[in-house]
Amino acid sequence: MNPLTNRSLVSICDFNTEEQLSILDMAEDFEKNPNQDLLKGYVVATLFFEPSTRTRLSFDSAASRLGARVIGFSESSSSSVSKGETLKDTILTVSNYSDIIVMRHPKEGSARYASEVSPVPIVNAGDGANQHPTQCLLDLYSIRKTQGRLEGINIAFVGDLKYGRTVHSLVIALCNHGATFHLVSPPALQLPEFIKWHIRSNNLTYREYEELDQVLSFADIIYMTRVQRERFADPIEYEKVKNAYVLRSEMLGDTKNNLRIMHPLPRVNEISQDVDESEKAYYFHQALNGVYIRQAILTSILGAK
Amino acid sequence: MENKGRRKELQVSAIENGTVIDHIPAMNLFQVLRLLNLEGFENQITFGTNLDSQKYGKKGIIKVSDKFFKAEEINKIALFAPTATLIEIRDYQVVEKKKVEIPDELVNMVKCFNPLCITNHEQMITRFSVIDKKELKVQCRYCEKIMEKDDMVFL
Repeated sequence: MNPLTNRSLVSICDFNTEEQLSILDMAEDFEKNPNQDLLKGYVVATLFFEPSTRTRLSFDSAASRLGARVIGFSESSSSSVSKGETLKDTILTVSNYSDIIVMRHPKEGSARYASEVSPVPIVNAGDGANQHPTQCLLDLYSIRKTQGRLEGINIAFVGDLKYGRTVHSLVIALCNHGATFHLVSPPALQLPEFIKWHIRSNNLTYREYEELDQVLSFADIIYMTRVQRERFADPIEYEKVKNAYVLRSEMLGDTKNNLRIMHPLPRVNEISQDVDESEKAYYFHQALNGVYIRQAILTSILGAK
Repeated sequence: MENKGRRKELQVSAIENGTVIDHIPAMNLFQVLRLLNLEGFENQITFGTNLDSQKYGKKGIIKVSDKFFKAEEINKIALFAPTATLIEIRDYQVVEKKKVEIPDELVNMVKCFNPLCITNHEQMITRFSVIDKKELKVQCRYCEKIMEKDDMVFL
């Protein structure tokens, strides 16, 4: 039996390194052969209490390619939540109709709570600004695929490192693979101390920078994120930095051949469109990898392989 | 020495049976009374604060007649009175003396300071793991935010 059978995936730390790698390996098989009827007869519920096009569609696509039926809602206004139903009641009800529940919810910790009350496993597709473990696994998959390895990567995180949940989870996951972290952000949006502590406690190195061009020449991966206006108490501060972390194609001249640019999407202007043509632009392919990773997660948790 | 200690303790009158909570930091005495929910309690309660203490300078003390606390009741106060000693008295004699302990997990004791945490929106029990007993840092089991002593609001 797959050791992940019937386990919920709420935070990336719920799966140990070996289990994370087993998901990556299975995703590789799905990339070669995406349409398999492994989940025929299963019902996957996707409960999106807040809208998310990419994540929901990629779960729907993953389940459909495996032959499962998908039920659910894509925003809470079309569910009983709008009538005042508690999360517990929604989860208990939907668990009667499905074998696994994929949920996104605006409140932090909602997925952990759901996993405690639900008789069927929960997959967290984002709980507010807290965790988004399937994104983390697809990021790991993308790094391994483009670099041929996960060990000892020089990775530069750029933009909002304070609030970016994908950054936090990926840093923590890469601490198991001996990465060196290059952190490029305005001072107000630096990586939180507890994540830096996590890096130090793994005897790994991080360096902090304020300029994007300081890391271009040696990075294997540049992980771009969006700097959001609402994160700044002072609008003048935002105006000062909003264009400081924009990647343009002319900046790629002196970069390593193996460099790949990643982004959890949606982007606004932090990667200019002329970068899309570069073979180093990987963000759209990264999103495609999300389907294979989610196929592997559903299959493993439902014990179908 | 023993006599000297006894005289100090008698600054608040002795009890026949019950619990004495000694060595409470003087400034937190009223907080501890509230935490133990003693306001509606009908047994005899005596308390004093700003009493002299050899060890801590000033201290508070609470004596509750005919009441013996369970560990989970009393360990709540460890957050505000980590130095407190619990003394059980039967027939004017000390039968047990123990230190309060900060628990490894705070179950339904404090409210999460994160307004977006699910615990502030559903009727549910809050749970925090104590990640630093010295500095008193706790992590919410749900939203995973780390809260320090100054952010804590008791339920």
